[in-house]
Amino acid sequence: MKLQGLPLGAAVLALVLAVPLGISDPFFQNILILTALYTALSQAWNLLGGYCGQVSLGQALFFGIGAYTSTILFTRYGVSPLIGMMLGGLLAALVGLAVGWPCFRLRGHYFVIATIVVAETGYLLFLNWDWAGAATGILIPFKGESIVDFQFQTSKLPYYYGIVTIAAVLWLFSYWIARSKWGFYWRAVRGNPDAAESLGVRIFRYKMAAAAASAFFTGICGSFYAQYVSYIDPDSVLTFNQSVLISLPTVLGGIGTLWGPAVGAVVLIPMSELVRAYLGGTGQGTDLIIYGALIVAVATLKPEGLCGLIADLRKSGGRAARPAADEGA
Amino acid sequence: MGLIYALIAAGLSLIFGLMDIVNFAHGEFLMTAMYLTFGLHLLLTLDPLALLPVVAALMFLLGVVIYRTVIRRAMQAKTSVWMAQIFVTFGLAIMMRGLAQLIFTPEYRSIRHNWLSDRSVNLLGVYLSLPQLAAAGVCLLGFLGLYLLIARTDFGRALEATREDKEAVALVGINRDLIFALGWGIGGAVVGIAGVMLATFYYIYPGVGANFALVAFITVALGGFGSLGGALLGGIIIGLVEAVTAMLVEPSLKSIGIYAVYMLVVLLRPRGLFGYL
Repeated sequence: MKLQGLPLGAAVLALVLAVPLGISDPFFQNILILTALYTALSQAWNLLGGYCGQVSLGQALFFGIGAYTSTILFTRYGVSPLIGMMLGGLLAALVGLAVGWPCFRLRGHYFVIATIVVAETGYLLFLNWDWAGAATGILIPFKGESIVDFQFQTSKLPYYYGIVTIAAVLWLFSYWIARSKWGFYWRAVRGNPDAAESLGVRIFRYKMAAAAASAFFTGICGSFYAQYVSYIDPDSVLTFNQSVLISLPTVLGGIGTLWGPAVGAVVLIPMSELVRAYLGGTGQGTDLIIYGALIVAVATLKPEGLCGLIADLRKSGGRAARPAADEGA
Repeated sequence: MGLIYALIAAGLSLIFGLMDIVNFAHGEFLMTAMYLTFGLHLLLTLDPLALLPVVAALMFLLGVVIYRTVIRRAMQAKTSVWMAQIFVTFGLAIMMRGLAQLIFTPEYRSIRHNWLSDRSVNLLGVYLSLPQLAAAGVCLLGFLGLYLLIARTDFGRALEATREDKEAVALVGINRDLIFALGWGIGGAVVGIAGVMLATFYYIYPGVGANFALVAFITVALGGFGSLGGALLGGIIIGLVEAVTAMLVEPSLKSIGIYAVYMLVVLLRPRGLFGYL
């Protein structure tokens, strides 16, 4: 029996939940958390860029809004980051709609560049906005270990399970949407917007919905990130590099696929962290070279990403296995 | 500054107009040219201006090589060529930046002594630094050369024809692959010239390209992808808008003016001021 869909998801989740039990080293735990974080972020990007075909290179804006919303609410008004996270996501979704409204009139490269431009504007505004900490950023004070404050000191595990929950919810959402009417409309918009529109798909509305969903989840991840590292500034959450980093796991794993973001993140994040740690001072830039080379290799050799490669292997493997099975029967 | 933007944008525009590809590694091409200038300057102790043809030639080669090795393959992608090309050039950009960091370290560098530095001229009561003025002059010349090349030579006509109809040119005996490769080469050489001139008065660091690349994209979009005259005018507008915004609000916010202009133009006229497409 082929493992697919929900059973595969459940199996992977069980594995993911069990992994940290065998790992107590904080360095490796950090890698696990980052991997889960980028899986979730890239899955959110995939909603808009993969299924709906609207390549956004401005996701850092939503990430930053999520991070800033929960952080400002928490440090200034003592609002629990769990609530802040939801509000951050909602605010990011609202901004996503506000940005999408003009940007979705644009097509192709003009759209991509518009997303970069809007995100860069956000970066510059936050950099000069004194109330939000400007360039110095905001330090989140430690108020004692608690779930309500989403702060933990003795162990990183609660963070891990927190982000895995977010990633799992997002995976389920993607799973559900890809099979729903909406998923088909999104893919129609990606495949041929003119044909979709002539068949009565109101593409603008569907693009807006994709943007809102993508921004919402990206904002939530932003809040999580802020609580995890306890310090945010425009350079860590709002830069163009962040936007690129969010899109890369999906590009590597397979654009518009359910497992692409996870596969890509599992390959990319541990690798770049390990390279950075072991080559450290002498190898500055090496992680970037490997990153770039991987992306170039995937884009030239297998634009469907690693998931496409796995699917190919399965197909040829299945073909080889079938005659054997017939003999057995 | 506007003229440098224009020349950087011209290289980008050329490649886009020719084959519908936006080179997201364009800024890194610029960065490479600046480091080439820097390295050769240290090695040969020649003035950056004397290095101009050398760097331009090397950048031409780089453009051709990158087209032959990577871009051509990405264009053969079965599905979503559009996305494959965006990310292949992105991957290139990241790789080139990593290489620069590895070889030159992330430190800021500059070429301190050259024939032009620390001189300024008084033009109608306004003091202009000579390196910037020379950069503007060279960029204008470069632009003129590019224009003549495209408008007045057989090669230019072949280029123009290839843009019009990629399939039909094969019938009249134009080697499309060669034209594409040359297009990338010229795009590289053009940004190489801009890089040399920029290196005479600007800091050189691995991330330098990113700042200019975004401005170049905006310039190109403003003028209309594929239009050279548009790139020139777009560059000048951007330079002016940037200067005016810097006067009106804090200098650190000066780019916002450019971004606003971009959004305004693409929304009102989604194909840019002079776009064909």
